[in-house]
Amino acid sequence: MANKGKVKVNKGVNPQPQGKKIIELIGVKRQFDDGVVAVDNLNLYFNRGEFVTFLGPSGCGKTTTLRMIAGFDKPTEGKILLNGQDISNLPPNKRPVNTVFQRYALFPHLNVYDNIAFGLKLKKLKAVYENDKGERIERIEKLSKKEIAEKVAKVLKMVDLEGFEKRSVSTLSGGQQQRVAIARALVNEPEILLLDEPLGALDLKMRKDMQLELKEMHKKLGITFIYVTHDQEEALTMSDTIVVMNDGVIQQIGTPTDIYNEPKNAFVANFIGDSNIFSGTMVGDKKVKFIGKTFDCVDDFAKNEKVDVVVRPEDVTLLDEDQGQVNGTIVSSIFKGVHYEMVMMVGKSEVVIQSTTERKVGEKVSVSIKPSDIHIMAKEFSSNRYDGYITKKNTVCFGDGEFECDVTMLYENSFLDEEGYLITQEGEKIDLTDVDVNVEVGLKNIEITDNQEDGGAVGNIVSIIYKGDHYQLIVRTDENEEDFVLDTEDTWNENDRVGVIIKPQDIRLTLKQEVKR
Amino acid sequence: MANGDIKRISREPIKYEAPAKRTLLGFSRKQLCIPYGVFLACFVVLPLLLIVFYSFTDSTGHISINNFVKFFSSATTLTTVIISILLALATTVICLLLAYPVAYILARSNLNKGGTLLLLFIMPMWINFVLRAMAMKDLLTMIGVFEINPYLSVIIGMVYDYLPFMIMPLYTVLVKMDKSLIEASQDLGASPVRTFFKVTLPLSMPGIASGITMVFMPTMTCYVISDTFGNGLITIIGKLIDEQFTTFQNWNLGSAMALVLLVIMLISMWVTGGFKSEDTRGTNL
Repeated sequence: MANKGKVKVNKGVNPQPQGKKIIELIGVKRQFDDGVVAVDNLNLYFNRGEFVTFLGPSGCGKTTTLRMIAGFDKPTEGKILLNGQDISNLPPNKRPVNTVFQRYALFPHLNVYDNIAFGLKLKKLKAVYENDKGERIERIEKLSKKEIAEKVAKVLKMVDLEGFEKRSVSTLSGGQQQRVAIARALVNEPEILLLDEPLGALDLKMRKDMQLELKEMHKKLGITFIYVTHDQEEALTMSDTIVVMNDGVIQQIGTPTDIYNEPKNAFVANFIGDSNIFSGTMVGDKKVKFIGKTFDCVDDFAKNEKVDVVVRPEDVTLLDEDQGQVNGTIVSSIFKGVHYEMVMMVGKSEVVIQSTTERKVGEKVSVSIKPSDIHIMAKEFSSNRYDGYITKKNTVCFGDGEFECDVTMLYENSFLDEEGYLITQEGEKIDLTDVDVNVEVGLKNIEITDNQEDGGAVGNIVSIIYKGDHYQLIVRTDENEEDFVLDTEDTWNENDRVGVIIKPQDIRLTLKQEVKR
Repeated sequence: MANGDIKRISREPIKYEAPAKRTLLGFSRKQLCIPYGVFLACFVVLPLLLIVFYSFTDSTGHISINNFVKFFSSATTLTTVIISILLALATTVICLLLAYPVAYILARSNLNKGGTLLLLFIMPMWINFVLRAMAMKDLLTMIGVFEINPYLSVIIGMVYDYLPFMIMPLYTVLVKMDKSLIEASQDLGASPVRTFFKVTLPLSMPGIASGITMVFMPTMTCYVISDTFGNGLITIIGKLIDEQFTTFQNWNLGSAMALVLLVIMLISMWVTGGFKSEDTRGTNL
């Protein structure tokens, strides 16, 4: 040893506080220069050694979150804590995290060895020595050539690329480049390994192999892995914890089983696995009505609340006609290898069923669903949607009522002539009588009145929920039990009979299909 | 149906047939290369052969190496060659030092949205070369730089004229560079400065090589600038060749000089790696 008489006490980074939380995001928001908010109000933490996956469709903010943890992006609001210390403004080269990039980002001018050794050559270590007198001396050291060579050899062995040291990265296959990228990150022994859709460019077979290998590496190394993917199967296979994101907002955090079995909302249910999502209404204590039938369920929601009901196709039991809870007709059947995927029509609703026994198209069947397989989620109600049609007088019929509306919003720059025909921008004359339209009305745009004859529709108030600063009311019509959900500051009583008023400009109309001209 | 209306009888997809052989006006693809081949032979290969022939013969047409002996034994010519090389080297180095930061900023910053700023740097190239040189000369005279030293003003003139040729390939290579490589470098612990020297600079080598080729070679021969800015005091090799052909009517010596210049250029190209056209293709203008 060069320092005779001195004994090396400790060489390496200071041992980190072994708290459970390794990284914590507090109120993190990222807004780009063009005003787009990529991530909003992110609050979460991960424990040391976890395999965490950010899952969501492209543009949901998962990669931005990862980039903020890596340091390539800075949060516009909030902070990021690593081992309890704020690292929001630490540049990426000073963070003990390493990234495996989506398209590998291997340095083309360096060979495999130099790519992997890149970080090691830069690594600075604080070494403490003790001399004969017992005094301690601190020094900043770098790894020796031999140490670097040993580390590179070790990591190359781990990713199964022994003997590739001198190869140019451009001569490697996609899978091999991927392994070099992983090795290059892991060799620095980061506290957190960030992986940005690392398997996206590999073919299916290779991807499955790499998934298992990564999982294996994670177990062996005990490093925290933060993984970003849009592939739900990948997330379910590999993760300890999944963070489902959409539109820059966390939808749900949980274990793969939790997320699959207890999706918090319709988005999560739809994104993770196949599912039937129905619009339902709570009709009693742990009783929910959907597809025209009342089912027992295990979730407790307020009576008359509108809910989303999720049923996994594999949880639907297929039975002979009249043997189950609902009867229907099979309208399609596809062989999927292990099972058949069939669609049964119940009235106007489709129920997707997975079963190993095939039922022919047209066959009358029945299904039953166990209460524990019916997942009920609160519906985030943003607007009322109806199917409607235009009448001769250019009014619109929907929700068991008839309302005055502005049909010119169906065509840009159109107007009505004196006979009531619609004239388009191009001067074409269109007869809108009996044309089917989608109708959308905002919650705040519906007024109710005691004078029933003033309203376009008439119904009873069936539910009043206090929402902090206003009431959310549901007015239900008699004939088809159509619901008008509305926000109001006024006080009403349940079972009041009221008329529904909507201003023409607040009725948003869109065509269901092109009108024949 | 009103008069003049037509009624559709049938409508179906158009069926295409594979052509027997792709031709243009009856010529096959190979035949279309002939004009270019002829042009190449007449205006590139033949003149080159003529230069080689002239340089190895004397005025009577007999084979001799006298021209080369004359060239390499004359102190004036050798000085001219050395001055030309030094001037070209100085111009190239200054151009590179000026162009790299400019290209780097243009490629990275938001200032150059839509390439407007780049256009401003490149636009002088489109203005008549002689006009540009004259204007610069007048400007130098006005601010009093012109009288200081003829070499200084020649170098200023050359740098001014050839800077865009250095910016362009550097800009192209920098703008095409994968940003994730820079991020990867920082991710692995390299500071921005170290990232520049370990990643950005090595990866922009093709652009640097191409820029050097495009500045060094023309500046060796472009005597319009040395004449304009050197006040007649500086002769570069291009001027020497011109004099042999026009003033002295000695085509043989002129050809020999041109041949020597060609060899120097080939060497300089080999040094900067310009032969590896695979790497630099697309970065050249």
